[in-house]
Amino acid sequence: MNEQLTTPERRKERIDRGIKVRTEGIYAISSWQEVAYLVLPRLVLIVGILLLPLLMPSLYWGRVISIVGIYVLLALGFDFLAHYVGLVSLGGAFFIGVGGYLAAILNKSLGLPPALTLPMATVGGALICTLLLLPALPLRGVYFAIVTLMYPLALMRIIEALNILGGTDGILGVASFPYRWLEQYLILVIVIVALFGLRRLVNEDIGLVFRGVKDNDQAVRASGLSITLYKAIGVFIASGLGSLGGAYLSHIYMWSGISQFALDFSVIPIAATVIGGGGTLVGPLLGCFILVPLSEFLRAFGTLRIVIYAVILVVFIMFRSEGIMVYAQRKYHQFERWVKV
Amino acid sequence: MSEEPILQVINVCKAFGGVQALLNVSLRVKRGEVFGIIGPNGSGKTTLINCITGFVKMNSGQVLYKGKEISNKAPDQIANLGLTRTFQIMRPYYSLPAYKNLIIPLFSPRARRTGGWRGGGKLGDRGTVSIDILEEIGFERDSFVPYKLASSLPTGYLKRLELARCLALRPDVILCDEVFSGLSMSEIASMVPLIEKLQMDGITLIMIEHRLRELFRVASRVMVLNFGQKLTEGVPEEVMRDERVREAYLGSEKDTDYI
Repeated sequence: MNEQLTTPERRKERIDRGIKVRTEGIYAISSWQEVAYLVLPRLVLIVGILLLPLLMPSLYWGRVISIVGIYVLLALGFDFLAHYVGLVSLGGAFFIGVGGYLAAILNKSLGLPPALTLPMATVGGALICTLLLLPALPLRGVYFAIVTLMYPLALMRIIEALNILGGTDGILGVASFPYRWLEQYLILVIVIVALFGLRRLVNEDIGLVFRGVKDNDQAVRASGLSITLYKAIGVFIASGLGSLGGAYLSHIYMWSGISQFALDFSVIPIAATVIGGGGTLVGPLLGCFILVPLSEFLRAFGTLRIVIYAVILVVFIMFRSEGIMVYAQRKYHQFERWVKV
Repeated sequence: MSEEPILQVINVCKAFGGVQALLNVSLRVKRGEVFGIIGPNGSGKTTLINCITGFVKMNSGQVLYKGKEISNKAPDQIANLGLTRTFQIMRPYYSLPAYKNLIIPLFSPRARRTGGWRGGGKLGDRGTVSIDILEEIGFERDSFVPYKLASSLPTGYLKRLELARCLALRPDVILCDEVFSGLSMSEIASMVPLIEKLQMDGITLIMIEHRLRELFRVASRVMVLNFGQKLTEGVPEEVMRDERVREAYLGSEKDTDYI
């Protein structure tokens, strides 16, 4: 092997060396192989996601894929807030619940179709969540997390105690999607758009401001930018994604109830981010596509399911704490090729 | 150059619990001058800057900037008026390359007013503008330095990055909190012309410094703080001849030379 490396005619070179110019994010592409090197992983991901419903045509797994999509939206929001805005949010359940109830109310009392309730619940839910979280925005770290965790618990008990919005029964008879394939593909397209949209956003100028808030909020203030405003925009984006997921959930189950405030929606996205690799945005998506179906497979084990689930998580955190995507990206960038000297 | 002060501080008081950090401190800075603030450690110099720029709420007193009161404004509002500051302990965005550090101040309302939505107006996008600013402040344009992560830059460059962040806002006043500290003699020597250039560009500078020799080269007036109170103020030579200053700042030996 070694003598091969040192032959005078050829040597090994990292493929990304020629492509990356000076810094991350600026590329110089000179051949179709290099285009393929950059496009292939993205293409595999998109095609893979879009093929999933065809590969798993059963009604049961189709529903699982939709649920995965909803968790992906939450996990993307969590990863974005935690690694690009610096807010650790446990508010997944809050976002889902607000979006879910909003879509159900809009559909039942105003008779709006899902085509209208989904965007309205997204924007409306994001507004409600952002306004309610506004007082908590100056808080950092674990304190912000506690406040976001408190809201779903409080709202659940309020609905239960006051017996409003259908009380413990929830709101029944929400309209479903007209076609099954629409239900399947809409969420997957939303997920792909959200993923690549967020990846684009964090490298735009405004995305750099978000990252600045995470890195050094005092310097952002000294730069003449209000950190509360940009934190609020960040929360708006993340809670919008979550509310969209909640609205989707209401429409596919044709029901909205207090179990939409369940803590699963707060916890599983975090576990998915840990497994997939935080800060990559793709990682949480992969994490959801692994974790959620896994918990379905494990249903056969009954209550042991949680134990197995927990063991897998612990093993992951101990032996691959950086996450799948961080590891995979590093390995992919280390690919080498032979070049003539 | 008009005689009307660009920045006026009137009787500022600040106490942290039982510690009186500032007591009735007043100062007037004229447009275009370099004003030095010196004093022993813990005498309240940085607290004064924090109070002026809104990072710390003062207990009483007033700050007038261009004749308007800015005492209770938030730090980002004050920065948007063109009153900017550097931090003594540098605060770059470590996870971003040096030139992307500047995109954040270039995104501020003040910079957008002159640069438009894309950033530099006719000058290009914000990335181009930030490379221009970095070159002006001493980052070699054609080297790798502006593209390196801020976490891998040495102190000298980080201090320059602090100044560059202020410059990106097109400031009228820069409050420099010890820009020379932690630098080698040669780095300081290359920083002094930079400060002089800023002054020639019409920027008013207020400098907290412990490097008196370099400060006195650029500053026209200095103020001495001790235990949160103003001891004296005036041209450097006069101030350093003051007996109380030599006692507070340099120790009590009478014949100590000040440099």
